[in-house]
Amino acid sequence: MTMKTLSTKLAGLGLGVMLAVSALGAGAAIASEEGGESAQPTHFPILKPTLEPWSFAGLFGSYDTAQLQRGYQVYKEVCSSCHSMHLLSFRNLAQPGGPSFTEAQARTVAASYQVQDGPNDAGDMFERPGRLSDRFPSPFPNPQAAAAANNGKAPPDLSLMAKARAVERGFPWFVLDLFTQYEEGGPDYIHSLLTGYKEPPAGLQIPPGLHYNPHFLSGPAIAMPPPLSEGQVTYTDGTPQTVDQYSRDVSAFLMWAAEPHLDARKRAGFQVIIFLVVFAGLLYYTKRKIWSKVAH
Amino acid sequence: MSGPSTYQPQHPALKWLEARLPIIGLVHSSFIVFPNPRNLNYFWTFGGILAFMLVAQIATGVVLAMHYTAHVTLAFNSVEGIMRDVNSGWMLRYLHANGASMFFIAVYIHIFRGLYYGSYKSPREVLWILGMIIFLLMMATGFMGYVLPWGQMSFWGATVITNLFGAIPLVGGSIVTWLWGGFSVDNPTLNRFFALHYLLPFMIAGVVVLHIWALHIPGSNNPTGVSVKDKQDTLPFHPYFTVKDLLGIVVFLIVYSYFVFYMPNYMGHADNYIEANPLVTPAHIVPEWYFLPFYAILRSIPDKLAGVIAMFGAIAVLFVVPWLDTSKVRSANFRPLYRQFFWIWAVVAVGLGYIGAMPPEGGYLIAGRILTVYYFAHFLIILPLLGLFEKPKPLPASITESVLGHGGAAVTAGAPSAPQTK
Repeated sequence: MTMKTLSTKLAGLGLGVMLAVSALGAGAAIASEEGGESAQPTHFPILKPTLEPWSFAGLFGSYDTAQLQRGYQVYKEVCSSCHSMHLLSFRNLAQPGGPSFTEAQARTVAASYQVQDGPNDAGDMFERPGRLSDRFPSPFPNPQAAAAANNGKAPPDLSLMAKARAVERGFPWFVLDLFTQYEEGGPDYIHSLLTGYKEPPAGLQIPPGLHYNPHFLSGPAIAMPPPLSEGQVTYTDGTPQTVDQYSRDVSAFLMWAAEPHLDARKRAGFQVIIFLVVFAGLLYYTKRKIWSKVAH
Repeated sequence: MSGPSTYQPQHPALKWLEARLPIIGLVHSSFIVFPNPRNLNYFWTFGGILAFMLVAQIATGVVLAMHYTAHVTLAFNSVEGIMRDVNSGWMLRYLHANGASMFFIAVYIHIFRGLYYGSYKSPREVLWILGMIIFLLMMATGFMGYVLPWGQMSFWGATVITNLFGAIPLVGGSIVTWLWGGFSVDNPTLNRFFALHYLLPFMIAGVVVLHIWALHIPGSNNPTGVSVKDKQDTLPFHPYFTVKDLLGIVVFLIVYSYFVFYMPNYMGHADNYIEANPLVTPAHIVPEWYFLPFYAILRSIPDKLAGVIAMFGAIAVLFVVPWLDTSKVRSANFRPLYRQFFWIWAVVAVGLGYIGAMPPEGGYLIAGRILTVYYFAHFLIILPLLGLFEKPKPLPASITESVLGHGGAAVTAGAPSAPQTK
């Protein structure tokens, strides 16, 4: 449907309910026009993220500890060479509701990094092994250095990545999401992006240094080269070492990094809502009793 | 708040206090024996829900302020510190952020209820205007609160909204500089927004007191719109309406909790999890959802000054609704035409909200313009004319008659004076 026929159609419909409903319909029609790969894409992302089953979805969702540990391994061995994660500390790795490493393991991980500290009594900065209280070290000293080393574009910090990207859901999905309790748009997007690299369709020119990815939110091509390859990270628990699995694990890890108290939140939520429903029930019968003697 | 109190303290200490400051008598006459129409439906519980939300927002907000740092280099990370390291900080912040949205959901239902049942008509015009002042203060508070996390939408939303004042002829530029405390949205802007965001809720609380005072002079309107004629039409506030309001509040809390614990970021914007960056403009700058209808009106008009006037006019027109509506009948239940036009207007208002979230181009722009024209036509043309041409349905002689009319048991005479003595 072109904009011209759309607008004449709209103008012809007149006022009131019909118009509002058709405006909503037009939104849905425009949204459904996306989704095809072509030489001249106009809406981004070209392809919507695919919805994945996550352990942390739903009313009783919680993080899969083993998955978060694998995800941390992927982050550490692959992502962290370019991306910072400055809101996280090593102590977070041992917190409940997260990857749940033992404190000793988290200490060992921290100690494997050299961290700058100081100034000491002589006024000098010095290097020491990392401690639990240290933040994850950033791969570059400042954003300028990060940009200079990466084709002029600094890789974004990953601390909040899983909450900082959202592909528009469009009508009617944004209404239905309320009832299906869909809040995994971030990890779905990351997983689709990491597994979405492919050859561009014929006729679409990709500038040098960029990589075609139809799942990318802000255009047809992304500066990040495909980061994952089969067998790149060695899992010790027998999990398949595929790009799809790496991507799933690191997406889950990034969700935890962005929302570390999700487990506690959903648990508390269930208790709060059970309490309120029982309380409302008692109030309902109390109200009926009080009002039973009067017409209203 | 209406007439001398009938409260008779028994305990000597209370007698002593009452003789010096009759505050218990005030509470007694306002919230214990206060007569309310007996036929109020659950839409009338939203006043109590809003009072609860104001207190909840102040309570969570004061604690959040203890952990927040209003500085451009620290604000974003201090909010993340609340989310990660403050005990139950994630709950406080999600309660407060979603609380703002729930507050607006409740206030919109409250306003729609007032429009449907004609609660703004004589003798409640001042009550209505005080409510509109609260609504304006809420919008200012919500807007400034959204700026505090200093994410991308905070920064760019603040830039867009403050720039609107630049449309004022001659002095616009100077006013914007004065609002900013500099030449762009920066640290002085953030600091003053924090100070004002902390101040305004207490001003709201003050106007709420006036709002309740103005309510307690004529008493509540009711679904029939027929005024209270004698004591039989009413029931005392306690226990009848305390328990009903409390039930309303708890059911509302269930919905609120669902958002806080299961969809905490649904009503927010993902870009606000990216720290503010004056050098990177987001693809679409979208305000909070509760501003979207007004944002759509702003963008429907090609001229900046005219757009700003239309946007503020959309709220200003609500202030004068008591005088635009020429019908003597209050409740839409007895106004067959107004009832239909009310619902069309409600759909138009929601439609404007949808358009406000969409890019201002093509079909959306045209639909936005038509809906904007209709929004104003409803108040400025339809409402005054309806009162002249509409033939209302016959009104019940009294609230009591209307209650008995739809099959209620016989009204217990004198029930109001003897509430639940068990």
